Amino acid sequence: MEIYDIVVIGGGPAGMAAAVAARQMGIEKILLIERDRELGGILQQCIHNGFGLHNFKEDLTGPEFSERYIQRIEELDIPCKLDTMGLSITKNREVVFVNSREGLKTVKARAIVLAMGCRERARGAVNIPGSRPAGVFTAGTAQRLINIEGYMVGKKIMMLGTGDIGLIMARRLTLEGSNVIAVLARKPYPGGLMRNVVQCLYDYDIPLMLQHTIVEILGKDRVRGVLVARTDENSLPIPGTEELYECDTLILSVGLIPENELSLSAGIELDRRTGGPIVNESRETRVPGIFACGNVVHVHDLVDFVVEESEMAGKGAARFVQRSVECADASIALLPGRGLKYVVPQRVTAANVEDGLDLFLRVNRVYGPSYIEVKDGRESIKKVKRPHMSPGEMERVRINRRNIEKMKGSDLIVEAVGVEG
Amino acid sequence: MFDVAVVGAGVIGTLIARELSRYRLEVALLDRSNDVANGSTKANSGIIHAGYDAAPGSNKAKFNVLGNPLFDELCDHLDVQFNRIGSLAVAFSERERTTVEQLYERGKMNGVEGLRIIEREELQALEPNLNDTAVCALHAPQAGIIDPWEIAIAAAENAAENGVEVFLNFPVEDIDRRAGSFRIIAQDGEIGARCVINCAGVFADQIHGMVAAPSYEITPRKGQYFVLDKSAGDLVNHVIFQCPTEAGKGVLVTRSVHGNLLVGPDAQEIEDKENLSTTRDRLDFVRRSAGKISKEIPFNEVVRSFSGLRATPSTQDFVIEESKEARGFIDVAGIESPGLTAAPAIAHYIRDLLIEIRGGLEKKKDFNPLRRRVIRFMELPDERKNELIRKDPRYGRIICRCEHITEAAIVDAIHRKVGASTVDGVKKRVRPGMGRCQGGFCEPQVLKILARELNKSVTEIVKNERDSYILTGSTKCSGIGGQIHGDL
Repeated sequence: MEIYDIVVIGGGPAGMAAAVAARQMGIEKILLIERDRELGGILQQCIHNGFGLHNFKEDLTGPEFSERYIQRIEELDIPCKLDTMGLSITKNREVVFVNSREGLKTVKARAIVLAMGCRERARGAVNIPGSRPAGVFTAGTAQRLINIEGYMVGKKIMMLGTGDIGLIMARRLTLEGSNVIAVLARKPYPGGLMRNVVQCLYDYDIPLMLQHTIVEILGKDRVRGVLVARTDENSLPIPGTEELYECDTLILSVGLIPENELSLSAGIELDRRTGGPIVNESRETRVPGIFACGNVVHVHDLVDFVVEESEMAGKGAARFVQRSVECADASIALLPGRGLKYVVPQRVTAANVEDGLDLFLRVNRVYGPSYIEVKDGRESIKKVKRPHMSPGEMERVRINRRNIEKMKGSDLIVEAVGVEG
Repeated sequence: MFDVAVVGAGVIGTLIARELSRYRLEVALLDRSNDVANGSTKANSGIIHAGYDAAPGSNKAKFNVLGNPLFDELCDHLDVQFNRIGSLAVAFSERERTTVEQLYERGKMNGVEGLRIIEREELQALEPNLNDTAVCALHAPQAGIIDPWEIAIAAAENAAENGVEVFLNFPVEDIDRRAGSFRIIAQDGEIGARCVINCAGVFADQIHGMVAAPSYEITPRKGQYFVLDKSAGDLVNHVIFQCPTEAGKGVLVTRSVHGNLLVGPDAQEIEDKENLSTTRDRLDFVRRSAGKISKEIPFNEVVRSFSGLRATPSTQDFVIEESKEARGFIDVAGIESPGLTAAPAIAHYIRDLLIEIRGGLEKKKDFNPLRRRVIRFMELPDERKNELIRKDPRYGRIICRCEHITEAAIVDAIHRKVGASTVDGVKKRVRPGMGRCQGGFCEPQVLKILARELNKSVTEIVKNERDSYILTGSTKCSGIGGQIHGDL
């Protein structure tokens, strides 16, 4: 059986950045496995701009951003297997994959980096009743059909959900000549980034209907309309408020789910809040030597942060192979307290924190002036102000190494607190 | 002129056509739809019942009990997955124990063997996730699960291999009776047949009305279901029924042959025979009702919901007879539950009826009862996988990441007799799009493979029926600079 130092599964921005970081740490034998015919992942269908503002201080399109990493992969001569599907991994780090050229193959890895990304929630998962006609697409599928395949998905379009891909697609469909009737959000706030709401909806006069949802899909062969209802404070439809909107297409942008079937095959423990593996400061999962990064860990809103996290995973995997770190005891638990949906990482090994530890988190509702507080038991060790927070925007907070060294308890609790008035 | 025209290519029609293809008969199999198995066959519980439910002496009881044991050989010949996982009809109160005992007695009267009432302790060991209100259950070891459209598609393929001619998109508009034969007229054509077998499901009364005075009515009775992710499939080990009430058999919980968990159905009489929409209130009812069986059902793992129509006859029993008014016209109507179980026995009965009507049937010498399924790559041993990839590299290309469906499997499903020509047709045959992503990743690929293999434009590929178009044209810049549409 062939042995690699590191096998990276997934050739999107996360996998590429992890592979590059590992090679820069001096790791020789790396293998990158990618399902598609080319590297880049979902970025290849994101032909809009806005990528790389943090990372490259430039405004790039998705393919331009991924091209930078593809070039680095080539320069660093990192071997990639394209058109190759990872089928399973084991606790002792064997990876089974299949492709047309080599057939079914198992390789052994000293460390694995999982970078499979996420998938979209589909109609079934949000349980929209009604008929089952053609013309219901998830935003990402529509994006692929339009931007990669070159086909249009509809003329008169209703969109449910305000995830970032949905917002981007509302604009894209408008530019291609479709009539986007409205974008509906079940909650009183949009799910995606505010900058996308402004640049994709407001700038194109596309109505954003907050606190509305679809209660029924109509049409036998093709969508012919949807019944839209207002939602109450629990985001449930209010009976009697239904209104018919005629349309031939329904686009869903109702959330992303980390794709962790491979992780489960190795018995990796997942966090039910993020849907991704529980990871530590270097993005190592609870199975030693298996690391994870990008949207497979938690769904990010910016690729720049995906890349940053993936570099941690790539470096972590490299150190694991080189045995240059203390064995990760991950004895400190990071817990989402009041007001938080989740926090990543979930575990920390104090000795492995270099100068500081970055926490990535999401709040569970919209906050005005507020602060994020990190507590060691009851004692506050960090408090940062925020003018505004929303579940659609990931927050990050840095705590010092000193704070961690001085910890009394074994739990760090992270909370979001609104400021009165 | 055909000897026999079978109207309706659901599980009843396809199994009858396949049975008749053993004989020297010219057989036509017709369906209004764009594919076989597109009516009630596509949306039901997929259960092979033991036979204790139906009233003793009824057609339902008779054909159920005759049909159940036929599935082993049938599924072996047609290479269809069938698992006799057994069923449990559970009493969730001492009061319901009486019902369980009645079912047991009725089962004995119907000739069902092997039934046994098991008590709480044994029940809990068999099914640890049932609510602990369960007191006892009727265990039927011969009950099983099957993919209902898989058996119908397999039967249609095998029938076609043995000479049956299949006419899809053939909605029968009228039937003309002539001396000794029938002229069956559809929008785009007509065929002649000496004998007509009416297996038209919810539309059977309408077809009957074309040749004879109404003698029964079919009311569509809708049932709605949830399908849960495979991660939930292990919740139960048997088909779990509640005790039946006046309203029907009630919501059941079972795993499917593919490993998903199936929860449903409710029962609601409706008027529109084409209304397949799901409704929030009925799905909520299914959810609540299933809670009586187990509180552990993870409804957050639902991958889709669907509804199906039962063809409920006004006679309350299967109508299986030759019309007295129109000789040569045979009704196989009102085939609601346990119709799937009864189907192979009904096919035998129809064969015998034709032998009687025609004064004998001559067997074909070259009938081939065997049909091979599309290769399920992932279920093969590794050596065999590699052998296949060497022969056909398309086995190494996984198109559906959730169900691990290969390109070769999709191509095979398209090029078979009665092959897939639509996205749903591919989905029914090889399952891309049935998994947790529900086609989000693979649908664009499936569209392109269908277009390539059928030599059509991608925009011509439909989801299911003829008017269920998916794409509405090209984007503004398509075609600039040559080949922009990505090749597969």
